[in-house]
Amino acid sequence: MSDPHSLILARQLTKRFGDLTAVDGIDFEVAKGEAFGFLGPNGAGKTSTMRMIGGVSPVTSGLLTIFGLDPARHGPTIRARLGVVPQADTLDLELTVRENLMIYSRYFDLSWREGARRADELLEFVQLKERSRDKVDELSGGMKRRLTIARALINSPELLLLDEPTTGLDPQARHLVWDRLYRLKQRGVTLVLTTHYMDEAEQLCDRLVVLDKARIAAEGSPRELIDRYSTREVLELRFPIDEQPSLDGKLNDIAERIEVLPDRVLLYTSDGDEAIAAVRKRGLQPETALVRRSTLEDVFLRLTGRSLVD
Amino acid sequence: MSVLTRRTAPVRVPTRSFHMVERNVMAYRHNWIVILSGFFEPVLYLLGIGFGLGSLVPAVSTGGGHTVSYAMFVAPALMATSAMNGAVYESTSNFFYKLRYAKTFEAVIQTPVGVEDAAMGEVIWAVIRGCLYSIGFVMIMQALGLIASPWGGVLSVLAALLIGFAFAALGTAITTFMRQWQDHEIVTLGLQPLFLFSATFFPITVYPPILQAFVAVTPLYRSIHLIRGLTTGQIDVGLLVDVLYLVLLGLVGVAVASVRLRRRLLK
Repeated sequence: MSDPHSLILARQLTKRFGDLTAVDGIDFEVAKGEAFGFLGPNGAGKTSTMRMIGGVSPVTSGLLTIFGLDPARHGPTIRARLGVVPQADTLDLELTVRENLMIYSRYFDLSWREGARRADELLEFVQLKERSRDKVDELSGGMKRRLTIARALINSPELLLLDEPTTGLDPQARHLVWDRLYRLKQRGVTLVLTTHYMDEAEQLCDRLVVLDKARIAAEGSPRELIDRYSTREVLELRFPIDEQPSLDGKLNDIAERIEVLPDRVLLYTSDGDEAIAAVRKRGLQPETALVRRSTLEDVFLRLTGRSLVD
Repeated sequence: MSVLTRRTAPVRVPTRSFHMVERNVMAYRHNWIVILSGFFEPVLYLLGIGFGLGSLVPAVSTGGGHTVSYAMFVAPALMATSAMNGAVYESTSNFFYKLRYAKTFEAVIQTPVGVEDAAMGEVIWAVIRGCLYSIGFVMIMQALGLIASPWGGVLSVLAALLIGFAFAALGTAITTFMRQWQDHEIVTLGLQPLFLFSATFFPITVYPPILQAFVAVTPLYRSIHLIRGLTTGQIDVGLLVDVLYLVLLGLVGVAVASVRLRRRLLK
């Protein structure tokens, strides 16, 4: 029926909350050692999917197995092999940084001695060793995120679930998190993450699905998706605000596809410089013109007609 | 709707409850003064009312031709009340904070520790905390000569454990229905009359028969009746009724709490 090496297998996976369908019959598989992403805007069903995989949300209908096991029947066994970084920090505010790791190791039935050994090792790994005696409240957002990642690693999980691991972090803190996740990936830990940042998906994911309105809109590696759904280059034009509406038709035929956004116009083309020349030849004077490569953001726009981050 | 297809996990024996207790011990190491303060309240009541006010009160009849001094009458009631208060406080305010604000259980259920473990662990912790107070209080009663026999003292500590369990389970169950901090006022409003009218400071025979029947089915009355029987040495079958009542109350509380927590956490 499916690849026996799949860590996660979902067929027609569905989650409903009353009348709301949060996840609508999606199919996907995650192989061992892979970094797999769910890319989509808020409300697309990413977190619901992650919670079902994590065994803390009952499946409404469809098939879901993790390590070949049914989360409804083998919840504790599955969770013993999982690491979870939830979207909102759920660190224990009454405990210190190191105690958070210690008690979490106990939740996984590790001995105190083993818990202490792993806690110290992980504090080193996420660069929080100097803060080990501090209360969690005193940490910055990025530090809390790193501590949550360390906590998720305390049971040496085979599969790490990360729900928007860097949302709300400043660029420097994000890069530090990415770096640690990249190292884990190199060690062979399977990563499943959700994000609405295209750069995060491009940096970390071997393969991803684009989720939109509870369904899968596309699947592939970042490169494949860009090749399939977008052009090589994109020309971004900005016009004075009052001129943009009066453009209608004037840009036709210059590009393979044109997207008019509230603040700019995107021309999808294989050659951006040629397109600029064509625009100027028609007597149009954009305030700025920028040629860039296509990204997952463009893929998303093409698939759904909307931007990822609103 | 989805009732037929909805899969629910089998109910498990909460074997990992003890990890929740460890977590609470760890948290209280930063906050041990809070634990200590709860100990003094019943002791102060015992001195102020049992002995102070008690000096104006002649011996109290406890039925069957037995009479005891007022201090001896009030002390077991205070012990039962303190077991109740400790358990209720822990299982309402502290549990509410962890459930609603600290998201403690959201983190816990991502691990092999299940919802049932978490609920049972919270109850066990509340019982342990209440038990510490009871042991301290019994030692004071013993020192003041308010216990008929040492066996009564030992058994009354066990009884206090059971009382703690029943009220912790009840408190945990009630807390799962609470939406805001103001709801705790309702708990306080319930505890006050229990404390004053459960044959704590005067025998139940003071009430007209119909009221006696009502008071007799309230939980603190059963608790006080149990401990008073043990510390004054008036052992009879009625004490078994108390034990049964409290065991049942505790089991129902744990069951309700588990179901409610499941519904809340495993969405």
